[in-house]
Amino acid sequence: MIIVGAGPVGLAMALDWARRGREVLVLAAGDSLSEGSRAICFAKRTLEICDRLGCGAPVVDKGVSWNVGKVFRDERMLYEFNLLPEPGHERPAFVNLQQTTLEHFQLEALARTGADLRRNNRVTGVVQIRDRVALTIQCPDGEYTLSCDWLIACDGAGSPVRKMLGLKSEGQVFQDRFLIADVKMHGAAAATFRTERWFWFDPPFHRNQSVLLHKQADDVWRIDFQLGWQADPDEEKKPERVIQRIQAMLGKGVEFSLEWVSVYTFQCRRMERFVHGRVIFAGDAAHQVSPFGARGANSGIQDADNLGWKLDLILRGLAPVELLESYNAERVEAADENILNSTRSTDFITPKSDVSRTFRDATLELAAQYPFARKLVNSGRLSVPTRYADSPLNTADAEAWAPGTPGPGSPATDAPVLAGGKPGWLLRHLRGEFTVAVFAAGGEVPTELADALRYLGSLPIVVRTVFVTREGSRRTRPTHGCATLTAWLLRAMRRTARQSTCSVRTSTLPRGGGDCPRPGWGRRCAARAGPKLPSPQ
Amino acid sequence: MGALKLEPNIVRPDDFYDALIALHRGLTPEQSAKVNAKLVLLLANHVGNMEVLKQALDAAREPDQG
Ligand SMILES: Cc1cc2nc3c(=O)[nH]c(=O)nc-3n(C[C@H](O)[C@H](O)[C@H](O)COP(=O)(O)OP(=O)(O)OC[C@H]3O[C@@H](n4cnc5c(N)ncnc54)[C@H](O)[C@@H]3O)c2cc1C
Repeated sequence: MIIVGAGPVGLAMALDWARRGREVLVLAAGDSLSEGSRAICFAKRTLEICDRLGCGAPVVDKGVSWNVGKVFRDERMLYEFNLLPEPGHERPAFVNLQQTTLEHFQLEALARTGADLRRNNRVTGVVQIRDRVALTIQCPDGEYTLSCDWLIACDGAGSPVRKMLGLKSEGQVFQDRFLIADVKMHGAAAATFRTERWFWFDPPFHRNQSVLLHKQADDVWRIDFQLGWQADPDEEKKPERVIQRIQAMLGKGVEFSLEWVSVYTFQCRRMERFVHGRVIFAGDAAHQVSPFGARGANSGIQDADNLGWKLDLILRGLAPVELLESYNAERVEAADENILNSTRSTDFITPKSDVSRTFRDATLELAAQYPFARKLVNSGRLSVPTRYADSPLNTADAEAWAPGTPGPGSPATDAPVLAGGKPGWLLRHLRGEFTVAVFAAGGEVPTELADALRYLGSLPIVVRTVFVTREGSRRTRPTHGCATLTAWLLRAMRRTARQSTCSVRTSTLPRGGGDCPRPGWGRRCAARAGPKLPSPQ
Repeated sequence: MGALKLEPNIVRPDDFYDALIALHRGLTPEQSAKVNAKLVLLLANHVGNMEVLKQALDAAREPDQG
């Protein structure tokens, strides 16, 4: 397998792959980290995946955690929101960190593996011949060729691999331009602005346009100025002009320096399919969104998370190639959700018609006064993982879910637990590709369930078991948490876990050999939302 | 399930209509457009039910503006 691209998605793919003890080869055109300034907001799901990939802690430590967002119009604040309604999660809803710093931590983690990362190795030719992919690569020493069984194209929005295969990513370009400036604040200024997301519609310092201010690590602030379609990108990028705009915004006394300036036009588009024979697309190469909502890198890293274990099973001969169809289905569904959300935000920020602008302005005026209208204001709906409601991997539940419980295909949510008497987090125990979480109030498990778990543990695809009991539980409501005996089958941290303080005991039940009957789940132990396991050959 | 009321439901229809027109007196077309938009949003929130709103959206577009 070869990975093309060393952006956040290619690196996540490489880390996932290296973690599985596989040989990793990454080809990257550039000679350093990502050019310029792009992603800054990384969502909880990304952080949880980074934890699994061995780079979560530095990202969270270096990143700036934030929960509060404020929306302004003209001179006044319309409302504020707080993103972390639920306590009991190890990771915050978001951290802000320069994309290059995230990549740096990914690279550090990758350096601890045997992965082969070849910089300045640009893929210039791709051909698929039956079940092989042949590559031509340009490097400083000249040109060479390689071939592989699987090519993972993480080569960004412009994806040369996509183009060389004659494939398209289609959608819409928004007729607007944005000036993106990263500004380092000095002295007292650094303490003046809060760690919050501030979004302005039509502020006095930048009339008729929107502005976003958001803190990153090391006292660097991201400022986005909406410029309109007519703006001249080259003029707007000139430092004296940018400095003028920023001074108008921050006030004259504020000391700052420019770290990076660029002008972007945003688009929302995707490929029709992400799997083309032996070439699989992930990240911006497969789908691209406008950044309102921070859905680009966040969703690309989830692509890698989704793909890793599937390809691994296929290569180990434990799953048919068709398993990749579920990657296609699930990540296309996620891309559509992200495109829908960021298109809606973009339409609110840049109304496309007079009537759309009228409704937008009416909404903003009402929002100053009435809470209902604040729900309609859309300055970006921030990235959350997609629930794969229609995934081909979902199977029917043995019992109906309690109302309000997230259903099959939902990501597992975190919860504080005690493991070996020590406080910890549930998600840390659900890291395995396939895990049965058994919620057993008193800790005793009926024979039929124990047999079933033993059978699962004996399969070529190992299914781990995690018992969640109520020992030491601080929870008092018996209807929640682990009051009733329930078994959930999770893969790659999907499915749900309930919110409660429970004890966790991880164990792989003794292998029971091949003589266990295929489990018929009993009345009381309902297999919730299990994937169809590829049958062992 | 909700159904959009299409039978008469306004208690004093002439008074309402009068008030609606009076609301726009002295406004420029742009101001009127914004007032109408606010009115739609306020009433839509009052209704709340997406099915009913969808029927109203459809009814507003039919038949002669189609
Ligand atoms: C202003 C802005 C703000 C953003 N904010 C956010 C945010 O807050 N949160 C978020 O999640 N996302 C955000 N995004 C989106 C995010 O930056 C992208 O989604 C992300 O970089 C995609 O990662 P990637 O690895 O798919 O591609 P890229 O980061 O583009 O990496 C592509 C890689 O492919 C390599 N490559 C290209 N061609 C070749 C070739 N021929 N041969 C070999 N290698 C090649 C490149 O060298 C590079 O290493 C933002 C984007 C912009 C522009």
